[in-house]
Amino acid sequence: MTTRNPQLNRNGELTHLLTLEGLPAEVITHILDTAEPFVSIAEREVKKVPLLRGKAVFNLFFENSTRTRTTFEIAAKRLSADVINLNIGASSTAKGETLLDTVDNLCAMNADMFVVRHAQSGAPHLIAAHLDAMSRTHVHVVNAGDGRHAHPTQGLLDLYTIRHYKRDFRALTVAIVGDVLHSRVARSLIHGLTTMQTPRVRVIAPRTLLPTRVEALGVEVHTDMREGLRDCDVVVMLRLQSERMRGALLPSAGEYFKQYGLTLDKLALARRDAIVMHPGPMNRGVEIDSPVADGERSVILPQVTFGIAVRMAVLSIVASS
Amino acid sequence: MKIEISRGRVIDPALELDRVTSVYIAEGAIAGVGESPREWRADRVIDAQGCIVCPGFVDLAARLREPGLEHKATLESELAAAAAGGVTGLACPPDTDPPLDEPGLVEMLKHRARVINLAHVYPVGALTLGLKGETLAEMSELAEAGCIAFSNADAAMPDTQMLYRATQYAATFGHRVWLRPQEPYLAHGGVAHDGEVATRLGLPGIPVFAETIALSTIFALVRETGVQMHLCRLSSAPGVAMVRAAKADGLPITCDVDVHHLHLSDVDIGWFNPHANLMPPLRSTRDRDALRAGVADGTIDAICSDHSPVDDDGKQVPFGEAEPGATALELLLPLTLKWAREDEVPLIRALGALTSAPASIIGITTATLRKGNAADVCVFDPAHAWTIRPDALRSQGKNTPYLGLELQGRVRYTLLAGHVVHEM
Repeated sequence: MTTRNPQLNRNGELTHLLTLEGLPAEVITHILDTAEPFVSIAEREVKKVPLLRGKAVFNLFFENSTRTRTTFEIAAKRLSADVINLNIGASSTAKGETLLDTVDNLCAMNADMFVVRHAQSGAPHLIAAHLDAMSRTHVHVVNAGDGRHAHPTQGLLDLYTIRHYKRDFRALTVAIVGDVLHSRVARSLIHGLTTMQTPRVRVIAPRTLLPTRVEALGVEVHTDMREGLRDCDVVVMLRLQSERMRGALLPSAGEYFKQYGLTLDKLALARRDAIVMHPGPMNRGVEIDSPVADGERSVILPQVTFGIAVRMAVLSIVASS
Repeated sequence: MKIEISRGRVIDPALELDRVTSVYIAEGAIAGVGESPREWRADRVIDAQGCIVCPGFVDLAARLREPGLEHKATLESELAAAAAGGVTGLACPPDTDPPLDEPGLVEMLKHRARVINLAHVYPVGALTLGLKGETLAEMSELAEAGCIAFSNADAAMPDTQMLYRATQYAATFGHRVWLRPQEPYLAHGGVAHDGEVATRLGLPGIPVFAETIALSTIFALVRETGVQMHLCRLSSAPGVAMVRAAKADGLPITCDVDVHHLHLSDVDIGWFNPHANLMPPLRSTRDRDALRAGVADGTIDAICSDHSPVDDDGKQVPFGEAEPGATALELLLPLTLKWAREDEVPLIRALGALTSAPASIIGITTATLRKGNAADVCVFDPAHAWTIRPDALRSQGKNTPYLGLELQGRVRYTLLAGHVVHEM
């Protein structure tokens, strides 16, 4: 029944990154500021800095991911850390090893940091609480996506991208479109935007893809995409998992695209300088039309570049707490 | 053996008795209250000054984990926990391994409980074979073996035709049916109350209407079949309102709530605390308040522990994978007292929800200090504060959302048929 924010230590420093919820605006700003110089490092001939030299970063992926794992790997390597990738998948439970057994074993191998992806919401919290209970306060956990709950580094790179193009959060209208129900990306971005005092955050989706009482997160709810896009500065499209395109939540990908796919025609309702974002990987012709994805307002590829810098910032900040 | 429990505040909800006096016990039975039997000489006097003396508690849902789940708990450990919690009679749900769907299993359970002799055990038989919801269990055989009611525990019964036939068959022979109202398709995959907290934490939800839809189905079946229906562990404000209306309508139903739902809400999940993973899920504070009011006004007849010992392997996992449930036999009294104190419910009324009311739902008449009755008695100190720590619990289950917290009210003595089975 403790409600202490489990990712801050007694000095208020970020020791784990588990969620953007409850993270003070100064901490978020500090991460974004720290990321800025890392963007230019990537443009240099030698793309490395020695901030994490000698540290062992374990990519602990209980759920498949190529993109997120790769960007974390690049981020850690550019900080000169030793990176160990573990794709555990569902097979480990078949072998009978529990999540915390795995963590204890890797701690015995002197892990300094865990980058964790898990299909269950809250798994990184469990690991962080376990490490704290075992007094392993020098080992850090970074959430790389847990269930439907949070994907804080994605949220931060989204914030970085928005700040890069739009400067001030306090004047913006941001629309998040698609499968909010199952989306950890949406939850993290919503928390990040509200913390940064974005005045209007909208979610746009059919009611089957909206979680119960989503408005309690501080968002406006729209089911009509055209209405929701009006005067937006930022449009964030969410990925629709293929298994959800046909079933109890949606009748077909085609019908979804007609209602909620981002086309040039619909984008015209947003502000003329609106940017279009997507966490990837995209389903062209389902949630986004190719002319939009490849168009001049798309910042989808810069998001990927910024993502590495933001992850470098996060890894270096938690390691120094 | 003659025992005199002297100077305690004797509260017996069945007799509407509440006064400071003595209880006399001889040959395992109540020999008198207030008035000593002729030529009385006690072999033992228990000084109950400052304590409350009442009938032993009757718990409508306590999992003992036998047969088959002895790694979680055993009859020895859990009946000791019952005694330490002042519980002298308990109904155990059929969700053992194998489930209680064969007379032999029930006889064995009753036999083992009798040998251990720390509390009366009233098995609830499986309504369907293997709790699979496909074939009726041999209810009459099971009743003969000692089952006091039939239930499908927490296993889904998605086939309404099957549910209809099961209640119809049970009604034919006058067997009681106990159901936890939850529409299985709506609850499928859910691990928390479908509300703001689940949305925030990204946990799949179980909506309130999973309960109300199930209730309306059950009410229709009760009307049709006339079965004696008991509703287990109500969880929502609309559910309480429906039961209240159905009772006012004269429907022959009873219902219970588990004691955690009188205090906790989904907010207590905090950052994914697996100890707050309970089934039914902890709902909103509004639902919790309606449940509290429901017990106070008698809409909800009884408070149960829903005792579920779970080992660390079942809880030291992410919230959604955690095994639901909490150890609760030893917390039933302090948590009931906490509710009564906070809502200013008279003690005699609160204790009624732990004694006479659940006893009549099981169909036993022993939960009273009436002269001649078996002396199942609890003596507790309502002001004694203690901290819930693993080593303070007799139960093998140490899983509770109250770990580390202090509660008031502790059982000093428990007597089962005149034998002291617990004292501290």
